[in-house]
Amino acid sequence: MSRRRFLKATIAGGALALYSTKSALGMAEFGGYPEGMGVLVDLTRCVGCRTCEAACNREQGLPEPDLPFDDPSVFDQTFHGGTQKRRTDEGAYTVVNRYETKGSGGPVYRKIQCNHCNEPACLTSCFVNAYTKTKEGAVIYNQDLCVGCRNCMIACPFRIPAFSYSSAFEPRIWKCIFCYDTRLKYGKPPACVDACPFGTLSFGHRKTLIKIAHERIRSEPEKYVDHVYGETEVGGTSWMYLSGVSFDQVGFDSTLQHYPILDNAKSFLSTVPMILAIWPALFMGFHLLATGGKGEMEDKESQNGEEGRGE
Amino acid sequence: MNRLVEKGFRPINSLNDPDDGHVWSFRQKLLLGFSPREYFRQVLHNRLNWVIALIFAVGLPLILYRYVMGLGAVTHASNDYPWGLFLGFGLFVMVPLSASGFLLGTAVELFGQSKFKPILHLALLNGLMGYSFAVVYLLMDLGRPWRLYYPMFVSWGTAAVLFLVGWHVAIYLSVQIMEVSESFFEWINWPNAKRFIKSGTIGLTVAGIILSTLHQGALGALFTYAPGKVHPLWYSQEFLWIFFLCSSVFAGLCMVIAVSTIVEKTMAWRCSRDFLENLEPITIGLAKGASMALVTYFVIKLIGIAHDNEWAYLATGWGAWFMLEMFLGVVLPIILFSIAIRKNSVGLVRFTAFLTVFGVAMNRLDTALISFNWNLYQEIPHPFELIISVTLFTLFVVVYRFILYRLPILYSWKTAPSAAYGTAAEEKLGPDLAPAPAYRSSSGPPRG
Ligand code: SF4
Ligand code: SF4
Ligand code: SF4
Repeated sequence: MSRRRFLKATIAGGALALYSTKSALGMAEFGGYPEGMGVLVDLTRCVGCRTCEAACNREQGLPEPDLPFDDPSVFDQTFHGGTQKRRTDEGAYTVVNRYETKGSGGPVYRKIQCNHCNEPACLTSCFVNAYTKTKEGAVIYNQDLCVGCRNCMIACPFRIPAFSYSSAFEPRIWKCIFCYDTRLKYGKPPACVDACPFGTLSFGHRKTLIKIAHERIRSEPEKYVDHVYGETEVGGTSWMYLSGVSFDQVGFDSTLQHYPILDNAKSFLSTVPMILAIWPALFMGFHLLATGGKGEMEDKESQNGEEGRGE
Repeated sequence: MNRLVEKGFRPINSLNDPDDGHVWSFRQKLLLGFSPREYFRQVLHNRLNWVIALIFAVGLPLILYRYVMGLGAVTHASNDYPWGLFLGFGLFVMVPLSASGFLLGTAVELFGQSKFKPILHLALLNGLMGYSFAVVYLLMDLGRPWRLYYPMFVSWGTAAVLFLVGWHVAIYLSVQIMEVSESFFEWINWPNAKRFIKSGTIGLTVAGIILSTLHQGALGALFTYAPGKVHPLWYSQEFLWIFFLCSSVFAGLCMVIAVSTIVEKTMAWRCSRDFLENLEPITIGLAKGASMALVTYFVIKLIGIAHDNEWAYLATGWGAWFMLEMFLGVVLPIILFSIAIRKNSVGLVRFTAFLTVFGVAMNRLDTALISFNWNLYQEIPHPFELIISVTLFTLFVVVYRFILYRLPILYSWKTAPSAAYGTAAEEKLGPDLAPAPAYRSSSGPPRG
């Protein structure tokens, strides 16, 4: 091991480290775009008419469902031994489920779709950048880049992205895109919001919606649980919920962390440049200590026509 | 094959035919020195080949079926369980078991532990094989496998841990190909290429350490994207990557012990005397390394539980499963290894190594599959998924064996005509009459 080679290796390691620090900077804190839009879903107003489902289906050109949108029997559907209710899949970007709750209020209906997180786990876990968070707040997906690894599905805390497992040649991710191409981009509310006849869904700037939500809670404290779901969950989401019953009763995960999912991997990601910078020098040093520079002699030996393996 | 050698068959292990001195042709080398007819007979004679053929007969059509009909036709992977056996086994189990390459590279090339030299090439090959097949499993699992290169050349998701895994595994694969190609160049007789690779050994070894540290850890860090989905006993935000890295150390070492055991039992004819004679002390040496790593792992696992204060979970059903995994894969191996090392019992070391490999596999499957979505429902893999996984593993064994039969991994290649006697010749003439093969110039019998 000559000093020159030692230096060369260390410098190469350092350069790699600098590069990766740069790319690590690319993932700096992101609190969502200031002018980002959102939707406030008020569960106390939802009656389970599924008009939003139908509107989404039409707007997004999704396949016709097995049961018509006005058939309430879908609310009785359960899966996996009764533990699961309907979820989003390749045929549905949004679904409404019914929950029987404690107390006199009767059933509560909940619409789910992509929550368009401020710092989306789907986006930060995708290794080909197939997701984009637009300045309007939508999290959209580009199937021309997707490799189909399904890491985004592992990462999404709301279990939203779905995959077309039955397609061999063009499988892709399916999820609500906030009607970005057809409406949001032009400042128009998404189809489901437009269609809701009961004012369950309110479209507006995320910031304004948070104010409205707290205002509603303040003016009718007996009607609402004092929490805006999505205000801080996993770093905040563009779609937020108000509810009259505790959120875990209606299928929300109330154990979610209040900072972005990406932060969980940050302690590891930040060790990457350090390892790149420190390891070469450290192990080269060990090498010199352990062998006393004998490596050099070995090299010469093998050039003396000594071709056996065990030099 | 062992029987053929007893009858006087000498497999090719040199540049020239020791009888008439002519240089072996490529075809002769491929057929190990048999005529095609003899080679074929020998293949048919081996009963293992029949089992393999049966597995392929069932599995290969299913693989074709998967590419025509899509993933849904052969897996139970679903929107709630995106990753099934292909990644759970093929990626998360195969990669730690392949850490052997960088570990022995470090020991031999960097720390000058030349007593491990006879097993170095087996360890390097084991690493290369494991990573290559992790990629094969990945190709089975990806929705659009033909886009495998996208994260390299089309679009960079630099913030993603998977991006790191992809890049590092790709670079590390090339590093390992170069490391193993030394044997390949010897075999096809390109001495200059071999010398070129040799001159870069240290650089490759250091690159191997860096890349391995990072991507072994990164595989663990992948699951930090799924807090709440992985059971808390297998999840640790801060330490998961250290757990994966640390356990890959004993996983890799135990895998080499396991593979070398199989090789010694089934392929002694292909092993040089240097390899066979030194294998026992090497095995004990590897066991020492593995038990150090096991103890470290045990301690940091305890720290992990204490750090997240997860003691209460130990009293649940999941806790029982967790403790079973820890007992079979960590505690019992620590006890058995220490007994075996004290008594110098190679047999016990080997048994323990197999047990530990099983334990590591269990840990990775527990994290990626079994405890994943612990608060949802359990998903049982599709029978086809199982068959395809087994088929790919069989392919792994076949390729592994194909290479071990031919390339100088377990024996040394002799180039000079004067040194062109094989192990069999040596056996007949007695070691003193046989010309000293090149490996003799090494450190001599290790001190154990
Ligand atoms: S809800 Fe899931 S899919 Fe939607 S942006 Fe957030 S992480 Fe992505
Ligand atoms: S499945 Fe597609 S979108 Fe999802 S992480 Fe993989 S490449 Fe990205
Ligand atoms: S925002 Fe658009 S895509 Fe999303 S659920 Fe509503 S209608 Fe469907």
